[in-house]
Amino acid sequence: MSKLVIIGNGVSGVTVARHVRKNSDMEILIISAETEHFFSRTALMYIFMGHMKYEHTKPYEDHFWKKNRIDLKQGFVSDINTDDKVLTLSSGENVEYDKLVMATGSQSNKFGWPGQDLPGVQTLFTYQDLELMEENVKTTKHAVLVGGGLIGVEMAEMLLSRGIEVTFLVREDRFWGNILPNGEAQVIQKHAEAHGINFKFGTELKEIKAGDDGRVNSIITSTGEEIQCEMVGLSAGVHPNISVAQKGNIPVGRGILVNDFLETQVPDVYAVGDCAEIEVVDGRNRIEPLWYTGKLQGEALAHTVTGNRTKYERGIWFNSAKFFDIEYQTYGFVFNEPLEGISSFYWEHPEEEICIRINYQNDTQVVTGINTFGIRMRHNVWENWLANSCTIKYVLENLRDANFDPEFFKRYEKSIIAEFNEQHPDNQLKLSPLRWFTKRFTKGQINAQ
Amino acid sequence: MHNNNLAWISPVRKSGLAFFLIGFLVFVGMLFSNQFKITEESLSTSINNSTHRELIAPHLSEFMNEPVTNKFVFIEGVRKTFSHYNDTVFERYHLSTTDVESILAQVKTLGYYDLNILSNVFNTKDDYSAYKIKKLSDYTGWLAGNQGKPLAEIAEVINQKATEINGNVLSEKRIDTYAIGQYIYAIVKSSSSSVVVKNTGLFFLFSILLGTIGALMYIIPEKYAAPAGIKNNNVFKNSATNGGLVGMLAMFFLVSVYIALYFFPEYIIEWVSLVDPVFIALNGKGAGAWSIYGLIYTLAIIIMGVRMYIKYRHSNYHIARTSSIVFFQSCFAFILPEILVRLNQPSTDLKNMWPLDYDFFDAWNLDSLSSSGGIGMFMLVWGVTLFVIGVPVFTYFFGKRWYCSWVCGCGGLAETAGDPYRQLSDKSVNAWRLERVVIHSVLVFCIVMTIAALYTYFTGVKTIMGIDTYTLRSTYGFFIGALFSGVVGTGFYPKLGNRVWCRFGCPLAAYIGIIQRYKSRFRITTNGSQCISCGNCSTYCEMGIDVRSYAQRGEDIVRASCVGCGVCSSVCPRGVLKLENGSTPVVVDAAKKDATVKVVNIMSVEEQKAMMD
Repeated sequence: MSKLVIIGNGVSGVTVARHVRKNSDMEILIISAETEHFFSRTALMYIFMGHMKYEHTKPYEDHFWKKNRIDLKQGFVSDINTDDKVLTLSSGENVEYDKLVMATGSQSNKFGWPGQDLPGVQTLFTYQDLELMEENVKTTKHAVLVGGGLIGVEMAEMLLSRGIEVTFLVREDRFWGNILPNGEAQVIQKHAEAHGINFKFGTELKEIKAGDDGRVNSIITSTGEEIQCEMVGLSAGVHPNISVAQKGNIPVGRGILVNDFLETQVPDVYAVGDCAEIEVVDGRNRIEPLWYTGKLQGEALAHTVTGNRTKYERGIWFNSAKFFDIEYQTYGFVFNEPLEGISSFYWEHPEEEICIRINYQNDTQVVTGINTFGIRMRHNVWENWLANSCTIKYVLENLRDANFDPEFFKRYEKSIIAEFNEQHPDNQLKLSPLRWFTKRFTKGQINAQ
Repeated sequence: MHNNNLAWISPVRKSGLAFFLIGFLVFVGMLFSNQFKITEESLSTSINNSTHRELIAPHLSEFMNEPVTNKFVFIEGVRKTFSHYNDTVFERYHLSTTDVESILAQVKTLGYYDLNILSNVFNTKDDYSAYKIKKLSDYTGWLAGNQGKPLAEIAEVINQKATEINGNVLSEKRIDTYAIGQYIYAIVKSSSSSVVVKNTGLFFLFSILLGTIGALMYIIPEKYAAPAGIKNNNVFKNSATNGGLVGMLAMFFLVSVYIALYFFPEYIIEWVSLVDPVFIALNGKGAGAWSIYGLIYTLAIIIMGVRMYIKYRHSNYHIARTSSIVFFQSCFAFILPEILVRLNQPSTDLKNMWPLDYDFFDAWNLDSLSSSGGIGMFMLVWGVTLFVIGVPVFTYFFGKRWYCSWVCGCGGLAETAGDPYRQLSDKSVNAWRLERVVIHSVLVFCIVMTIAALYTYFTGVKTIMGIDTYTLRSTYGFFIGALFSGVVGTGFYPKLGNRVWCRFGCPLAAYIGIIQRYKSRFRITTNGSQCISCGNCSTYCEMGIDVRSYAQRGEDIVRASCVGCGVCSSVCPRGVLKLENGSTPVVVDAAKKDATVKVVNIMSVEEQKAMMD
């Protein structure tokens, strides 16, 4: 019986293990240095804020692993010998494998700022980072966050929950400016400010300075300003964790290089999730550090590992996040800056923090993507619309079908379509009827796939 | 925290908490400020039956006209009295050796046995003599006037019958435990001269009203503290909500109150006196031990309903269902039954139904309803229709939630006062297994018990297969009705979560759950593959459903236990979950999907940029 070893117990590695177990009887071992059991990294912030305890973030009960014959080992892989198919742990123990899956995840970016390793300076990615943060906030009254991404917003929310003042340095001229167009960025910015965040846009970190106790005491910005703080949170993105792969001479670029089957160039060695860099023949290689892509990749790879060689295909792009109280979803592609040949329809609620943007091609009017803030959209509907190249007219007129907000919530389709009609007065689009009654008596539910 | 306009919030909340605690202390404290003195008058108001009164009075002598301040000494003293009561009953009613000898002496004089002898021997005009004469007449009537019998034979018969009669005295004349409980309660209440009775207004003001005001002062400012949205900060760090010390103190208090209510109501008569005026105004009669419970229960739902309005002010779903719960509790469960009492009609909570209302088919209820004319018949038909037709139809279209989290009183308390404890429910697979076994056993028990009760009602036969139907009912009432639903179901909120009863015990929930599981349009839809497995949904599921295990596989959630509170959908940071009844067609209409609009001017990138900024 062959033995599969997976390095990393994040969502990608665990998904591989689960699906391999569904398809095969092979021996499975997951090695992780971080925690004994798989937990949801996305929930770290909720542990800190007291919404949950660590055990709530474990998607499977502890008996799950034994029941499914998935062995777990807590340890740090320090070396890989792909010729002899042997791993060496930092404890000195050797582990043999027949097939090896690298699921080593990401590491937080640090760009060589002076003082970036001082006590009180930290990133947030691992469980250990969370423990460190608990330590750091004990003496913190004012914190500076660097980098305006999603982890930055999470850290801001965490710190505010402890009554800590937060200054947020953002390199771009607006919040999450490399992803969000201006309208949406403004909505988020206003909302974050209402929560008490103090933004400094167009500002970078220049230096972190220590106080007499050796801990961080202040930072100096690119504009020369000095800001007193007891803690600095670095959230300038992540990059694939390739250090172990490099020791095993597995070819790497920014990440561990793999083909569409998630196979590395070394036989019987695969990479999955955040750490994998999928080579694209004529284009930019893809690194997809997302929860759901990790799951999709893991599922595809499990087939390949168990002998049914399967290509990883992502399907329609989507993503979602939550900025304090505002939920965000995107389907298809909406770029942060206008693109040639693409038109953009933007609607924003006059008072509330709700907006949507739908992009479409100028010539065919086929919709290319949507950003939605404060309105939940139905995934299957948008996936279908985008996959079937529906036009802006079709999408707007049927927008009710895509609503996924809870019952009794205010609906905005009427004012959205009115806004479109106002912007394009030659048209008078009409919403399709609500069909509330029909829906009580017809079948046709989206059921589990 | 950055805004000075918010500086008022903390002091207001803190004083609110202080007011609440003072109100609470006064409320509990009044139970310990009492003096008891039994007088002739208090005794005659509490025991209407003069024979019963006469029998018990001698035993109460140590308390007669002697004020007692120690409540425990007084109540337990009275209770002990009643444990001797039935000895006295036997003593008074049985045919003593002297009685028999007196009869035989007269027989000897007369030469034969005659019933006139009895009125000579038992010549006191009381219940005991009457009873003895009646019994002897029934048992020995055939012997009377028979002049040829030898005296020895007559003596033998009389002695034998006397033994027989004496053997039945207790079963005919004893006071049962229930009546004893009623007497103890009545004696304690009528002999109490608590300061509360003399100053109900003042005590009401400084306990219930002050507590209410304090609670609202603590709750309402939350609205201004932060923007609307899910705020579960520190839920697992606060000992009131994480099963810690404060929670355990709350549990101790709740459990004590439930035990007192069900089994020792005489210990809380000061609370009854406290709300007596309120209930006299409502029902014209006054308060009983359960009146204070109904009032506090309703108040708790309203006050904690206000908290729900504020906590979930961004969600119309929670606002709607909270309003529904507050309405049904205050009108259907609280006010309407009191009005019915005032109108001398059978009092009932029209939204309650069998099998939760397990004594609906008890003889006393059926008799009371069927003898109350049109309104009684209506209640009978309504009660049956509700669970026979109402439940399947509503559950088919809307799921279990139409009842459990929108109408039901138990659910109402769980969804309001219990909301701070929802995260304490056990999510493990083992808990789910236990749940299925226990709740369906209770349903079966309830059905068997009800069928047995109906059998007895219609046939008059008291036992089925050697099992006494009354025992079956009282066993259910004690273990399920009192211990499970009250003491454990609500008392253990701070330890086991707010839906212990609904999840493990409620037979109605079991019944509706079966329909929801197999024949309902209701389900919680998972939005594609967007779940990030964070665990908020499972953590905040009061029914202990591991919602995440379905969501992370992209599966819809169809579970018998789901009460449709909608909190999983609210706490999900990615908007993955939606409660749905309707169909959701996702077919793209090929004929229309390419339809275009007229666009007058297409903007260049530069123009678009200029518009954005």
